Amino acid sequence: MKKLINDPRAVVDESVEGFGLAHADLVTVFADPKYIVRKDAPVAGKVGLVSGGGSGHEPLHGGYVGMGMLDAAVPGAVFTSPTPDQILPATLAVNSGAGVVHIVKNYTGDVLNFETASELAEAEGVEVRTVLVNDDVAVEDSLYTAGRRGVGGTVLVEKIAGAAAERGDNLDAVAAIGDRVNQNVRSMGVALTACTVPHAGAPSFVLEENEIEIGIGIHGEPGRHRIPMENADGITDRLLEPVVSDLGLASGDKVLLFVNGMGGTPQSELYIVYRRAAQQLAEKGITVARSLVGNYITSLEMQGCSITVLRLDDEMTALWDAPVHTPALRWGV
Amino acid sequence: MGLDVNWALRWLTLSAQAMAEHREELIELDRPIGDSDHGENMDRGFKAVMVKLAEVPPETAGAALKLTAMTLMSKVGGAAGPLYGTAFLRAATALGETADIDAATLASAFQAARDGIVARGKAESGDKTMVDAWTPAVDAAAAAAGDSDVHKVLAAAAEAAEAGAVSTDPMLARKGRASYLGERSIGHRDPGAVSSALILRAAAGAAE
Repeated sequence: MKKLINDPRAVVDESVEGFGLAHADLVTVFADPKYIVRKDAPVAGKVGLVSGGGSGHEPLHGGYVGMGMLDAAVPGAVFTSPTPDQILPATLAVNSGAGVVHIVKNYTGDVLNFETASELAEAEGVEVRTVLVNDDVAVEDSLYTAGRRGVGGTVLVEKIAGAAAERGDNLDAVAAIGDRVNQNVRSMGVALTACTVPHAGAPSFVLEENEIEIGIGIHGEPGRHRIPMENADGITDRLLEPVVSDLGLASGDKVLLFVNGMGGTPQSELYIVYRRAAQQLAEKGITVARSLVGNYITSLEMQGCSITVLRLDDEMTALWDAPVHTPALRWGV
Repeated sequence: MGLDVNWALRWLTLSAQAMAEHREELIELDRPIGDSDHGENMDRGFKAVMVKLAEVPPETAGAALKLTAMTLMSKVGGAAGPLYGTAFLRAATALGETADIDAATLASAFQAARDGIVARGKAESGDKTMVDAWTPAVDAAAAAAGDSDVHKVLAAAAEAAEAGAVSTDPMLARKGRASYLGERSIGHRDPGAVSSALILRAAAGAAE
């Protein structure tokens, strides 16, 4: 294992500390228990947005704390959900009295820990709503699994719900728009290589030189099946097709196309994937009205990507375009 | 003679030792079907339990288990934190203020722990989770409680939990991260069932 670290057990501590130093104009970092809040939180009269999850997906979630997006982010250990003793103070810190929305990726651990924290926050008089993100079409049989996972769609839920909170929507309205984004977004990912959790010291699975894993999640867990390596267009088609068919997209629909890198794939390759996906959508008469390409929800140093498609309406488009100022996403300001 | 607070403290100490000793093994079990974090999280959680128990030494077994529950819930993360936290909390409630734990009370505390895990995690027997270690352990403990010997209850629970962990090998995972693997989860032992068996073995060891 070759990594730019000092001590495998200090990875999250030191990384979050550096993050706080680098973005001191936008965020405040608390060390123990660990959470990150927007510099000017709580914003008077505004619904607070809190998300969190295991570390290793940077810039998610800390990179999205700031004006127009999250009010707080709660990082767990690498690939391990944060605990209620972190989520609760983060929730209290961003509550202005208008209530708090938890944005939770659908993994057993995240759901259980956020559930416990929201019960504790309610006991302290804070109204909490939860938006569960489960956009991963790779999980086929959700009746017999823990259900579809939250992946790329999480970034879009955080941006659009964040913009709704920023314009002054109330608690139920912010949660409703978050749910609406989740209902209209689907994702599918591929790994060309596995990743290595620092404290585990070895890759979480092994892919041979000529193999790729289709349908991976973002925790270094293997996907649905393994196939021989193909070219970028072939892989793109394999990812895009189930996303389009699961969303039931039809000619005339407008979408946001998001090609996300898993951490170890160069931007240039992501654009090769984007090119093919945009061509395929255009051929079906689907308009790509907005786009996002880059490393926004990663899996450490894994090589690979995910394709996320969001069916847009006018309101979601306007909220996507609304100003945002965070360490990882910034426009309109 | 039943079990007292000293048994509970030895149980938790032996559990912490077991998590440290088996940290790598639990990580290795979690690697192919999970996300390689179970051994690390359990080791970190039980180390925190040891610190807490030293800070404010509890006076009853119930209080020791309650402190353990709160610490695991706040320090472990993942699914294991809330699940083990709930298990220890329910067991603590079942023991209450009891200073001298008899066989029947012990068996009912194990059952309360298992019921808590099922209530939180919504897993059933055969889903390839820690429930597959706990349910046979609870059944064996209840059967052994008839002899009114706590040692027999503890030994029966530990043995059944270990067999239960082994029984997860051929199962198809239906809950937790391993469930995403479908058929490919078959042939791997569930790390949560293994850590549960280690904890129940520690409970028996603490009474020897």
